[in-house]
Amino acid sequence: MAEKLRIGVFVCDCGTNIAGFVNVPEVCEYAKTLPDVVYVKENMYTCSNAGIQEIMDAIKEYKLNRVVVASCTPRTHEPLFRKACEDAGLNKFLFEFVNIRDQCSWVHQKEKEDATEKAKDLVRMGVAKARLLEPLEEIKIPVERKALVIGGGVAGITSALSLAKQGFEVYIVEKENKLGGLLNHVHSLYPSNIDANEFLNELLEKVKKEKKIHVFLESEVESVEGYIGNFNVKIKGKKKGEIKVGTIIVAIGAKPYEPMYMYNYDEYENVITQFELENLLKENKIGKWKKIVFIQCVGGRGERVRYCSRICCMNSIKNARLLKKLLPESQIYIIHKGLQTYGTVYEDYCRKAREEGIRFVRVRDAVPTVSSLEKKDGKLVVGFYHPGLRRKIELDADLVVLSTPLIQREDAKKISQMLKVPLGQDGFFFEAHVKLRPVDFATDGIYMAGSCRAPADINECIVQAVAAASRAAIPMAKGYVKAEPYTPVIDEEKCMGCGVCVEVCPYGAMRLVEKDGRKVAENVPAACKGCGACGSSCIHKAINMRHFKDEQIMAQIEEAIE
Amino acid sequence: MKDVLIIGGGVAGIQAALDLADRGIHVYLVEKEPSIGGRMALLDKTMSTNDCSICILAPKMNECFSHPNVDVLEYSEVIGLEGRAGDFKVKVKRKAKYVDATKCTGCGDCMEKCPTEVPNEYNSYLDKRKAIFLPFPQAVPRKATIDDRYCLKLTKNRCGLCEKICKAGAIDYNQKDQIIELNVAAIIVAVGLSLYEPRDLYEYGYGKYDNVHTWMEYERLINAAGPTHGHLKCSPDGRRPKKIAFIQCVGSRDVKRCPWCSSVCCMVSIKSAMLANEHYNDLESYIFYSDLRVFSKRFYEYSKRGERDYKITYIHARPGEIKEDKRTKNLIIYYEDEKEGKVKELEVEMVILATPIMPAKDTKKIANVLGIETDEHGFIKTVDFLKYPVETTKPGIFVAGCCERPKDITESVIQASAAAAKAAELAG
Repeated sequence: MAEKLRIGVFVCDCGTNIAGFVNVPEVCEYAKTLPDVVYVKENMYTCSNAGIQEIMDAIKEYKLNRVVVASCTPRTHEPLFRKACEDAGLNKFLFEFVNIRDQCSWVHQKEKEDATEKAKDLVRMGVAKARLLEPLEEIKIPVERKALVIGGGVAGITSALSLAKQGFEVYIVEKENKLGGLLNHVHSLYPSNIDANEFLNELLEKVKKEKKIHVFLESEVESVEGYIGNFNVKIKGKKKGEIKVGTIIVAIGAKPYEPMYMYNYDEYENVITQFELENLLKENKIGKWKKIVFIQCVGGRGERVRYCSRICCMNSIKNARLLKKLLPESQIYIIHKGLQTYGTVYEDYCRKAREEGIRFVRVRDAVPTVSSLEKKDGKLVVGFYHPGLRRKIELDADLVVLSTPLIQREDAKKISQMLKVPLGQDGFFFEAHVKLRPVDFATDGIYMAGSCRAPADINECIVQAVAAASRAAIPMAKGYVKAEPYTPVIDEEKCMGCGVCVEVCPYGAMRLVEKDGRKVAENVPAACKGCGACGSSCIHKAINMRHFKDEQIMAQIEEAIE
Repeated sequence: MKDVLIIGGGVAGIQAALDLADRGIHVYLVEKEPSIGGRMALLDKTMSTNDCSICILAPKMNECFSHPNVDVLEYSEVIGLEGRAGDFKVKVKRKAKYVDATKCTGCGDCMEKCPTEVPNEYNSYLDKRKAIFLPFPQAVPRKATIDDRYCLKLTKNRCGLCEKICKAGAIDYNQKDQIIELNVAAIIVAVGLSLYEPRDLYEYGYGKYDNVHTWMEYERLINAAGPTHGHLKCSPDGRRPKKIAFIQCVGSRDVKRCPWCSSVCCMVSIKSAMLANEHYNDLESYIFYSDLRVFSKRFYEYSKRGERDYKITYIHARPGEIKEDKRTKNLIIYYEDEKEGKVKELEVEMVILATPIMPAKDTKKIANVLGIETDEHGFIKTVDFLKYPVETTKPGIFVAGCCERPKDITESVIQASAAAAKAAELAG
């Protein structure tokens, strides 16, 4: 005989977020009339310490064996309420979340009565599911204390050094024949104007000395299988290998956009990119230029790509200052659409540039940075509308430097598919949460750093790289992770071994095995994310998802349409 | 394994604490206010995604407070430091709250009955709170604190109402400050920011005109838990505004005041204008800017979305003066129109001033106690901007968040994780 159901329902005011639009006391009174509900409580903030304490006290005092919280979203609050259940001695999967804020009060702010009725419906559905909930146990997965870093630029190297210092073995896979990435092609770094070579060599010395770092040059990751704690990685190229790692950091960087067919870049040799200027500076091939014009946002901010590339303004200012020092007689202009010299250090740096005589011309954001760039009498002429003078002006120049945005590398797509991690609309890797998980992927055990996340300068690459190392170190230092038990239950009688579930599983968590002479589906719980793709695609109804069983969902639907 | 001290319980401090605690390192999180959460807890929505700030932070605050590896020392200050990296001895003053935290349930009865109203710093001084108080409804820990600067019992030995009312018997007027000593391997400084008070910019009339506010005041005005429950109201009749202007760089990028760019204000104003339009669909906003700083991931796209979908007009100008219509209390902004080259007037009902992030008030004091340096602007100095971006000038002490230089939530969180990794090298 199953124990008698004793359901507790907690309805949150969320200050005025819910109570401002939903009659919470009425919802509470209604909840009391639902079958098996023995306790109902209204909280001003269920997520506050006081609210959590009330849940825990009620579980003990009223011997609750199911808990329903009607408040906000499981995305942010489910772990908290589950923990309250667990701390009060209740299996945490006997908790059901009802979202009456995002899915009710927020969207029905102008229909208060209907919102209250809908909140009642949602609570009734939640209670119906709660009645059928079953206790489940989390799965504990061991974690290999080694990491893979894909990409050996400044971000990758810094991540590796940080992880090694924290005591973990690290493998860096770099497709070029040397480490350093874009830094190899840069002359110097702002704001200290340190020589890029010198800076890079210092890092490389550290890598050399670090015995825990293993570098694979001219190599690529061929395949990655597995899941957090247990990734099996195949490396191909000059140095082949098969390694097992617990975590992965993606740091493949970005590349500068080539401004083909823009501003006669392909026609005139004195129209060069910022990147080419770096090389000229590096090789000390500075001409006797008298007038130099930097054009910002060439291809950026809606011209070819939509986004702002963040680092180009500072980079132009750096090179302008360098040139001014080398060619004190020269006139240098930077034509921009709003200078991005944010913060203390960069604003100071920009002010110094003004003091040194660099001229800044701001053009309107809505139009191309310059309207024409042509050759007249052997001179380059840059034409643009000057908003301050309110007329078109023309600047003649000996050298025009096009500042182009950083864009994603070609292999980003391949890596995104291989690791099953997403790219955003801008082509850069997409983080788990913009603000609170900025270097994590949604997939556990995989992190990102540097310009493959979004254009970043050296300071930002380094901070992100150490941050990614911090995040990756968490499961490795602990030595295990816990996975949610929303895995499929496979009815082997019904399973026909057709393999559709294996096809649709995006995490490689389903496979076919031989049992009693026939093929049946099997789940790898540690790789499983509980997405339910297998369950919903099984035409023989042989797969039922734990915590989202057909009968649990049907019970909710029946309440919804009653 | 050794312990780590984190000074400052804002989003940076919380993130660093969780990174360390999750990997098994014990953390002391010292916060000077009675609740952790910092500045982020007081923001309405956060830019680029427009999700509710406290809604995404509250779970982190609770997770942090209830984490077995974190000891939150709220309402406390670091007052002394000895030793060196790997072996610091820290003196912490736990200020008397005059409330026994083990007994207080946070029910709020005392706050309802307390007769002493005091300026409410957590609502940007726009309303009053009581002398016994919680900083905000989602405070962690949810325990009352008596403000000994105002409490009648503590200042004049009168009243004593809260003690009579408290059913839990938690009030303790005899509580004293306590000094405790901690031994830690590393320290992370994340003491946050303060904001510029634009009173000396007479031309904008802050403090003189009723309908001129700072952006932080606006955050509270548009917030459902704020003094107006999220309704924008204009003086003198409480009508809601139909036109709002936002003025950027009020005090910042100004060599006489704050020479730096505050990094976040352009995006904050765009967000604020979007929120206003979400509240009232016919509302129009005007953002007066110098350079619209929208450099981070998806920010530029966000600024364009504001223009397209939220009735925002960007005007490249630094207004010279604001005058108030004495009768309507409307504000007339005088600025140079770039297109025509003439001085123009724009009449709006509310003006929001984008004032810059500055070092927190006690940054210098904390730096002195810890023996670390600040930069020429008063922010915590790092050893080398490129090579050692989270290391302060003293080995074993790291920095994260806005006390290092102005930055947004994302960058504070990233830097906090980085500081945690550095601290873990010493503690793990």
